[in-house]
Amino acid sequence: MAPRGRDYTRAVIQARQLSKRFGDKRVLEELDLEVPRGGFVLVTGPNGSGKTTLLRLCAGLFAPTAGELEVEARRGEIGFLAHQPLVYSELTALENLDLYGRLYRLPDRRERAGAMLERFGLWRARNERAGTFSRGMLQRLALSRTFLHDPDLLLLDEPFDGLDAEGSELLHTELAERTAVTALVATHDPEALAARATARLALA
Amino acid sequence: MSTWLPSEDRRGPSLRFGPLFAAAAAGLLVGGFALAFYWAPEDADQGFSQKIFYLHVPIALTAYACFGWGAWKALRLLWTGERRYDLESYTAIHMGVIFGLLTLVTGSIWAKISWGEWWTWGERQLVLFLILFLFYSSYFMLRYSTDPGPRRERNSAVYALFGVVLIPVSFLAVRIAGTILHPTIFTHEGADLPWQMLVAFLVCLAGMLSLAATLYRVELTGKRIDASLRELRELLA
Amino acid sequence: MSAYAGDVAALARKDLLLEFRSRDTLPAMLLFVVSALTIFHFALPSGSSERAETGLLWIAIVFTALLGLTRAFAAEREQGVLDGLVLAPCDRSAIWLGKTIGVTVFLVLAELVALPAFALFFHPLSWDLVAAVALADIGIASIGTLLAAMAAASRARELLLPLLFLPLAIPVVIGGVGASIASNPGSFLGFLILYDGVFAILSWASFEYVVTE
Repeated sequence: MAPRGRDYTRAVIQARQLSKRFGDKRVLEELDLEVPRGGFVLVTGPNGSGKTTLLRLCAGLFAPTAGELEVEARRGEIGFLAHQPLVYSELTALENLDLYGRLYRLPDRRERAGAMLERFGLWRARNERAGTFSRGMLQRLALSRTFLHDPDLLLLDEPFDGLDAEGSELLHTELAERTAVTALVATHDPEALAARATARLALA
Repeated sequence: MSTWLPSEDRRGPSLRFGPLFAAAAAGLLVGGFALAFYWAPEDADQGFSQKIFYLHVPIALTAYACFGWGAWKALRLLWTGERRYDLESYTAIHMGVIFGLLTLVTGSIWAKISWGEWWTWGERQLVLFLILFLFYSSYFMLRYSTDPGPRRERNSAVYALFGVVLIPVSFLAVRIAGTILHPTIFTHEGADLPWQMLVAFLVCLAGMLSLAATLYRVELTGKRIDASLRELRELLA
Repeated sequence: MSAYAGDVAALARKDLLLEFRSRDTLPAMLLFVVSALTIFHFALPSGSSERAETGLLWIAIVFTALLGLTRAFAAEREQGVLDGLVLAPCDRSAIWLGKTIGVTVFLVLAELVALPAFALFFHPLSWDLVAAVALADIGIASIGTLLAAMAAASRARELLLPLLFLPLAIPVVIGGVGASIASNPGSFLGFLILYDGVFAILSWASFEYVVTE
């Protein structure tokens, strides 16, 4: 699986014989993967094939059972989008982003939070609690959280899930603006990002 | 990031020196008890029943040693991330609980013989071991109710460290509790031990520690074989 | 250093804000402690000593704390937020410290009701008891926060947390009751300070290992 595109010396993600097992269940087996800097890799596969597990491994949420995994990105440089939005229901959209901005040491976090909410069309709902949001709005809030700190490495798990046409449009715009990111994206719909993708990985 | 290779976990004590350890344990124990019963003088106050001291205190000290060893292995696990330390820590603590239970039993017997009660809150050692026994039983509950994996290993290791810190803290707590809450009327801390008693005691202690070491190696090897078998089964499946 | 303090402050503030808005935990703790004290009245035959009553107060405090601790990471678990916090570049121990501060505040608020209720139902309190309660809160919150995170990884977390917690709480009860009734409470208060120091440092240092793999 040779990604075409840029030619940087060090790959951002490098996996050799990567395996992950949960008890008796083998989710990933001897996977080899290389994502160069600037690469945009789509990960496809049926449910349970290990797409989410692969992303979580790259994020560092758990360690592999066997094999090697090297991720050339610090915690503050990774933007991780999970199935769950990772926001507090009882905090407003703005408060959630403000908290993450604080934890990611952003000097201008108020402005950035506001800007991200605008970019994803949530400005009007900024002072509403996340618990009142619809599925689509939550996804937009999660995306705001993901892009808030201008990450170098994107790990996105089904980014278009729950988004309406407008939301998808906003996400495409956002991705288009970030030309220098490296990304590993799990998706059921690879055609949506086909133009951007530099390589694909199909998990069994 | 770290590399996880299960086959590397098989390092550890081999059974090669096993018979040596077992022989040493047997020798020391038999020798120790012989010294205790035939050579060391009888205690002036308590008479023959005091002999259980040669059993009870070495068992108690061995239990402490096991908990300490388990905590050391737990620290190594957290420090290096090598998974083999989990089994070693778990086995050591398992040994500690067994010896701890024996401490409670022998202590209870001694209490019955000395004061006619199966249990007394005035005996500091007993109370301390009750607290530790409860704590390490919770350790097993923790392991039992968490699915195997790095999570369980790390949580167990941290809890094992809490345990070893709890030992001196509880010791202090029980001590000050004695001053106001449950007066320590009776105490087994006798006057200076005659040197013969000390020698017999030390031999018994060495024997008990060797016994614990032997059992530890046997159990650890058994657990490792189990784990290897499980892995083989999975590879073949 | 100030970045760390800022993280802790943000996290502690977040917990207090969440509780203020959802009002899940604190009202339950308040009601629980008053109910417990009422039951204790009926459990103590008349003529029971003041010392016995004081002892029961400490039981009420420990179990009310347990009630609050089972909810300690509830908000994080609900939305999977803990992953978000763990992935942030801040020190994981800051998560522990922020949460512990939050739990301590909840305990203090609960005791602001419990202690006057106790004085009303049973007998007046000494300042030594209040000091002991304050010190005990710190220790309970410290280990409780860590153990709550540990129990969250297990299958039976509501059952496991009390089991993990109670043996560690025994020295706190000894120190607390001792300080409450002894004529010389100094050594007991000193012991509680020692307990707090030792277990807070241990919890602070080992939290990282409990929330990551």
